[in-house]
Amino acid sequence: MKNEGKSAQRPDNTAFTQQRLPAWQPILSAGIVIPGFLIIGLAFIGIGIGLFLTSQTIQVQEMDYTGVEKDSPCFRCTIPSNLNCTCEVTFSLSTLFTGPVFFYYGLSNYYQNFRRYGVSKDYNQLTGDTRYFKSRSPEEDCSPYSYDSNNNPIVPCGAIANSIFNDTFELYQIINGTKKQVPLDGRGISWWTDYNIKYRNPSPVNGSLAKAFDGTVKPINWPRPAYELDLTDPNNNGFLNQDFLVWMRRAALPQFRKLYRRITDGDYAAGLPAGNYSLTVHYNYPVLSFDGRKKVVFSNVSWMGGKNNFLGLAYLVVGSLCVVMSVVMLVVYAKFKFSDDDDA
Amino acid sequence: LITRHSTLYLAKNRRVVMPSWTEHEEIKELQKSYSRNKVRTTKYTFLSFIPKNLFEQLHRFANLYFIFLAALNFVPIVNAFQPEISIIPIVFVMSITAVKDLWEDQRRRKSDQKVNNRLCDVYDRKQKRYVERRWAEVCVGDLVRLCCNEIIPADMVLLHSSDPNGVCHIETANLDGETNLKQRQVVRDLPQGSEFVPENYSSHIECENPNNDLRRFRGFMEHPGKVRVGLHSENLLLRSCTVRNTETVIGIVVYAGHETKAMQNNSGPRYKRSKLERRLNMDVLWCVILLLLMCLIAAVGHGFWLSGLQNPIYMIPDDTHPALAAFYMFWTMIIVLQVLIPISLYVSIEIVKLGQIYFIQNDLDLYNPVLDTGVQCRALNITEDLGQIQFLFSDKTGTLTENRMLFRRCTVAGTEYPHHENAISLEQYEDQGCGDADHSLTLRSRTSRKSLSCKSLSCNRSSVSLNTLTAESDTHSVHDTLRRHTPGAFSGTMECAVVPDPQLQAKLNTLSSAMRSPPRQQAAEISHILDFFLALTVCNTVVVSSPTQPRHVMPVVRTPLRSLEEMKAMFQKLSLPRFPSSLSQNTDTPTSLTKKLFTRGRSASYFPNNSPQTPIMTLQSPTTPSGTPSYTPSTPVTPALSSGAWSEDVDDIQKAKVNSADESESDDEDEAEELLYEAESPDEAALVQAAKAYGCTLLGRSPEQVLVVVPGTGPLSIPLLHVLPFHSARKRMSVVVRHPLTGEVVVYTKGADNVIMELAEAAEDGFSREVMERTQRNLDQYAREGLRTLCVAKKVLEEQEYEAWLKRHEYAETSIENREELLLESAERLETNLTLLGATGIVDRLQEEVPETIEALQEAGIKVWVLTGDKQETAINIAFACKLLRPTDHILMANCDSKETCEARLHELQHEIRQVTKEGVSEDDSSDCVLVIDGRTLDYTLQKELQGSFLELTCCCRSVICCRSTPLQKSQVVRLVRDKLKVMTLAIGDGANDVSMIQMADVGIGISGQEGMQAVMSSDFAISRFKFLRKLILVHGHWCYTRLANMILYFFYKNVMYVNLLFWYQFFCGFSGSTMTNSWVLIFFNLLFTSVPPIIYGVLDKDVSGETLLDLPDLYKSGQNSQAYLPSTFWMNILDAFYQSLVCFFIPYFAYTGSDIGVFSFGSPINGSALLIILLHQLIESRTVTWIHTAILLFSALFYYAFVLLFSLTCVTCNSPTNPLGIETKMMSDPLYYLVCGLTTVLALLPRILCRTFCNTICPSDLVRAQKMERLSAQDYSMSLRQWKENKAAQRLSSRHVPQNLSVNADMPHLTDCIAEAGAVLS
Repeated sequence: MKNEGKSAQRPDNTAFTQQRLPAWQPILSAGIVIPGFLIIGLAFIGIGIGLFLTSQTIQVQEMDYTGVEKDSPCFRCTIPSNLNCTCEVTFSLSTLFTGPVFFYYGLSNYYQNFRRYGVSKDYNQLTGDTRYFKSRSPEEDCSPYSYDSNNNPIVPCGAIANSIFNDTFELYQIINGTKKQVPLDGRGISWWTDYNIKYRNPSPVNGSLAKAFDGTVKPINWPRPAYELDLTDPNNNGFLNQDFLVWMRRAALPQFRKLYRRITDGDYAAGLPAGNYSLTVHYNYPVLSFDGRKKVVFSNVSWMGGKNNFLGLAYLVVGSLCVVMSVVMLVVYAKFKFSDDDDA
Repeated sequence: LITRHSTLYLAKNRRVVMPSWTEHEEIKELQKSYSRNKVRTTKYTFLSFIPKNLFEQLHRFANLYFIFLAALNFVPIVNAFQPEISIIPIVFVMSITAVKDLWEDQRRRKSDQKVNNRLCDVYDRKQKRYVERRWAEVCVGDLVRLCCNEIIPADMVLLHSSDPNGVCHIETANLDGETNLKQRQVVRDLPQGSEFVPENYSSHIECENPNNDLRRFRGFMEHPGKVRVGLHSENLLLRSCTVRNTETVIGIVVYAGHETKAMQNNSGPRYKRSKLERRLNMDVLWCVILLLLMCLIAAVGHGFWLSGLQNPIYMIPDDTHPALAAFYMFWTMIIVLQVLIPISLYVSIEIVKLGQIYFIQNDLDLYNPVLDTGVQCRALNITEDLGQIQFLFSDKTGTLTENRMLFRRCTVAGTEYPHHENAISLEQYEDQGCGDADHSLTLRSRTSRKSLSCKSLSCNRSSVSLNTLTAESDTHSVHDTLRRHTPGAFSGTMECAVVPDPQLQAKLNTLSSAMRSPPRQQAAEISHILDFFLALTVCNTVVVSSPTQPRHVMPVVRTPLRSLEEMKAMFQKLSLPRFPSSLSQNTDTPTSLTKKLFTRGRSASYFPNNSPQTPIMTLQSPTTPSGTPSYTPSTPVTPALSSGAWSEDVDDIQKAKVNSADESESDDEDEAEELLYEAESPDEAALVQAAKAYGCTLLGRSPEQVLVVVPGTGPLSIPLLHVLPFHSARKRMSVVVRHPLTGEVVVYTKGADNVIMELAEAAEDGFSREVMERTQRNLDQYAREGLRTLCVAKKVLEEQEYEAWLKRHEYAETSIENREELLLESAERLETNLTLLGATGIVDRLQEEVPETIEALQEAGIKVWVLTGDKQETAINIAFACKLLRPTDHILMANCDSKETCEARLHELQHEIRQVTKEGVSEDDSSDCVLVIDGRTLDYTLQKELQGSFLELTCCCRSVICCRSTPLQKSQVVRLVRDKLKVMTLAIGDGANDVSMIQMADVGIGISGQEGMQAVMSSDFAISRFKFLRKLILVHGHWCYTRLANMILYFFYKNVMYVNLLFWYQFFCGFSGSTMTNSWVLIFFNLLFTSVPPIIYGVLDKDVSGETLLDLPDLYKSGQNSQAYLPSTFWMNILDAFYQSLVCFFIPYFAYTGSDIGVFSFGSPINGSALLIILLHQLIESRTVTWIHTAILLFSALFYYAFVLLFSLTCVTCNSPTNPLGIETKMMSDPLYYLVCGLTTVLALLPRILCRTFCNTICPSDLVRAQKMERLSAQDYSMSLRQWKENKAAQRLSSRHVPQNLSVNADMPHLTDCIAEAGAVLS
């Protein structure tokens, strides 16, 4: 019929080029939205109830031990001259605190997310690369925690490492006036990826980790060098120290808690029984200068993590909102639908 | 040779060209400095690409901004990310642009190569023969020999042509798209013969420096004997044109390569800034302000936060003053929040527009199968302007009408010849439709294809800007031109079938048949009639060709027939009373001459089989002005050349003779097939066809003579002394010929009726005055019928008068400076004291679907103005026919002679309108008044003082018709409306006279019609029929606008929403510029993960289907009012973005606060829900979801998750300090993540969904109602469509006024009944 030359410019007659692709046209009208909202609303209310109930089952024991108030047990430790101060916080549990119990320390008004603090570390050091122990330019991220006053390289360098939380705690159950130490489990409190992949110790020199750190000095605030962080467990030293790893994972918000230990062993595997407890705090970490607070938190966790009523309530509110809206819309829709019909 | 002194002098502002083998050292040097013929339209070379492209890209403001940001990030004190990350966006965007540029450049390079490698014959001095050379190697001064159908490689001065008359024909379709062949002439005084010996040529040429004026070439050639000959554009062969109908031509190259006129005329595609883009830039500015504000807040916050701290343990010891730190923080925040300025928006818009253009060009509904053309988008960046048109300015002829001119009727010497039978046959023709024409078009299109390959020459630069589409569309256009050219558009078979009016025929026959002398009065009339037809035949630029022989070959011998002598005698007798003086003066020579002619010619014609050696004579115009016209046989035609054509010619002539003697129509048609008339304007061809029907047949044309058949005679050669071509200022054209019968010098003038009438006014005798009066009446009548009118007049020049004029004219012709002005002046000097011969009425029928289109456009709220050069009555009539005017409309006339009356008239009209609106029921803007204004009045109203009241008046009118307007006025009107009313204007036209208007309007549309390609070349979009405008504007315009507007809004929303997440975080990190997101994700979020859906959305989204948009032109108004993108919608979007980001940030915040969540773990659910919100938001905003949308949305989401998961799995040491290792995997294994994301998404989108739903239910916009309508079944749809229209009609009706003829000014008493009449016809 038509020769090729004639219709060379004829556009292709396809659904695509002619913009006739079968399409779904979502018009947001009451008809679709009402059932949609109703379903979403009901679902949300369901989730909300579930979350809320779950959250209610979680037990939390929180104690501020900063010692701001004069009558608080740790007040005396806030005096700067008082070094190696120890104070004792007591509390009592009326019911069994079901295990496993997580033992957190908490800080507030503490800006681990401060940008310049956040970049103040050297990943290459932390992967155990000894080349980066000494030869770093002073302009690196770690500055001014790269070198000490004698110009010795600090390992691990940077503000994060330097500011590691160094209060330590011992928990005792007081049974009939005697203190029974509650075993605290410090294994596996850090992220698996941090411990196994991200952080590496330098390979020991002659079987000694300390030798690998030769020629470097400890961070200024640290009482002991990195290879002596845990004197009890030689494997918990260097950059693979669990507390160090937990600290290095910076908190997102200025009020945060970090996992300190878990109570999983022995008599307390099922939880902390009701009774009186005493927490011995080796008070080292200064927070008062910036109006910070320190606390310890005992909590058990559920599938949704720690206690948080907000999410459950929010779900409930939003769910009800959806339901209410769908009702409102139904009214409106009915009204306008009928008036439309009148027109027609 | 010229002296050294003059060479140096001339070299400065002129160009000196000598043959390339010249010995003259200095000229040799000079010639070397001229550009060579190699063309390079590429922008880059291999080496220069990177620096040059970078440089060009840096000219964009947006790019500069991002480079500034990237650089800022290298300043350690303020850096927010690692420097290498911050340069990703800019590198990404710039490399996409660079790849696109490179690709375009590659296409240009290929086409350049093709052109440069073409071969042509160049004379080689050493080998003493022509050798083949590549085009690229041709230089100025080379002698180039070209054969028929070869493409001209450079601008050359024509030195020799194989044509005995020293002419050659070129086809300029590649250059300007004009379809007719143009004649070029060998430089005068050059020896013409069969052989051109290059060695003998040693003249030098001086001409002006290269310029881009295609129609102008000034210079002179100086022969060794110091004789100077003027050169003008008729001597110049232009690069990229094609030699036609001439066996060989030889020329000397004067401009080569980029200095040729063709290349100088090559401007790239047009760049216009669309209205939406201007708005967009405003809002980008707002975003900048927003950004600065946010940064300021952060900076101040940071300062206060710092000053409140007393050396905490987490603080980096630093003695920077908090204020200074705040200052640094300001810059850091600019880096962090940079995404607020949508970097990818500009690139995305370009891509989206390309996609939109792709769909426009691929629309089958805009495809014209007859011409095999679709719509061409020449401007790439104003698609969305099509959706916002408020004023449409249309040309009439060729735009609303076919521009296929058909002779309808004429009036000669005051007598009207109604041509009733012709009217009937025209109607039949119209009924038959274009089927025949189409057929003939397609048949021929094939042959022309090959010759067009050089189109790329003229077009390859056009793809300078961003896309490839240009190149394609240009190619396209070339094909168009070619194809259009070939059919010989003005000479289709049907047009030939002018049925002569019996009365006129009879009168004309008295001339040829009987020898009885008619009564004096009648004799004068008959001489008028003969002159009239002679003028129609001669006074034009029609070129004759016939399919059986090469076109434009001038039959060589003119053989007067037997009765010539007698006719002459009669003619002289007839004209005696009118031209006594000239007769007495001229009787001697011409008579004796014709006697001579007579005998010779007669032998030739009677014995056609005589040997070719028959003495052949041509009447030639005197080349030198001499006192007495000396008709000397000259330039014997070489037997070799003429013998072939000779016998054919004689055949033709005999046939013509037979035809002229025997007037049967069938014979006419037979002959019509043999002679094809090609004219620059279609009415010329129509007139020639008409004359032919009466036996006045144009057989051929050469620069010096015209060969015609006059009834009763055989072919006559009429010496053509001068052609004063048509000029828009003069509005007429003239030819000066020596009358074949009387031997007098006669000027025939043909032009617009008012002009000719004015020039003919000075008639003293009663007869001509009566003729004029009657003709004027007839003209008015014609105009009322909607015919195009032309007047024909003549003037007999006395020899002295002619000589005197000739001297000054020659001076004008040879002058280099001001040549155009002088020629114009010279023409005006000649065209005075004309004697009116008659007038013609040509019918130009309306294009199909024009009334429907205009109606739809008006319904869409577009004010349609018609700007035409035609008469008022014609314009009004066409306006009625195309429903621009309704019978019930008030027509307001404004025809004034002075500024004062004009001002008064405008006030009067305003008063009238006020009265009308008072009478009307309600005040609606669709008042049914139409203003008709003529050119002169328009001039007054365009003056500053009256502009205001003119515009005020037009605002109250539904439409305005400007008649008798010049091209300049057209553009002035467009500018006035565009600038003063601040509206979007669209101009549509098809001819050169519309170019300025098309360029002036916001959107210019060219109709690739019959009047060449100038309009198309200057347009933004080119369509082939007016009716396509409907879909182009109402559907594609609407779509493009809504799509782009929505996409841009979405982009703003998306960026603001995402950036605010980071901003809220600053409140919890001491305003320190921390981000809770890995910097790669941060950068890629807008650049990769969420950028494709909006592009798809911008290209494919369809709010309402095309059919519905066509059914309901009302819907177009949403675009006109910029409803999709108002400042309020922008701010609503920003507000929504703020809300969503608040939700998106604070729900995770509250969910995680107090827990042991890490910085980047906290960011994970925020990013996840932001992605969901942004994508689902897109879904809510979409009006159509096809599988493409779905796929892209899913792809985007999956891409994000795949990226972050992979990143968190594999990125062990990378990207410090925001190492993502293990974060996403850990977060996503936590059910809380999904709970947070779900809640956030629903809550964030809730208000928008609610808003939409309530709006759609309670007060749906027209668009939503249309969408709902589409869902109905076909039956329900048509029912609700009817109802919709009824509602609208009811609205309109309530605002319409009582029909009443306001009017009309005193000069136009007939107009009232004309309108009434037209109204009656239409109703």
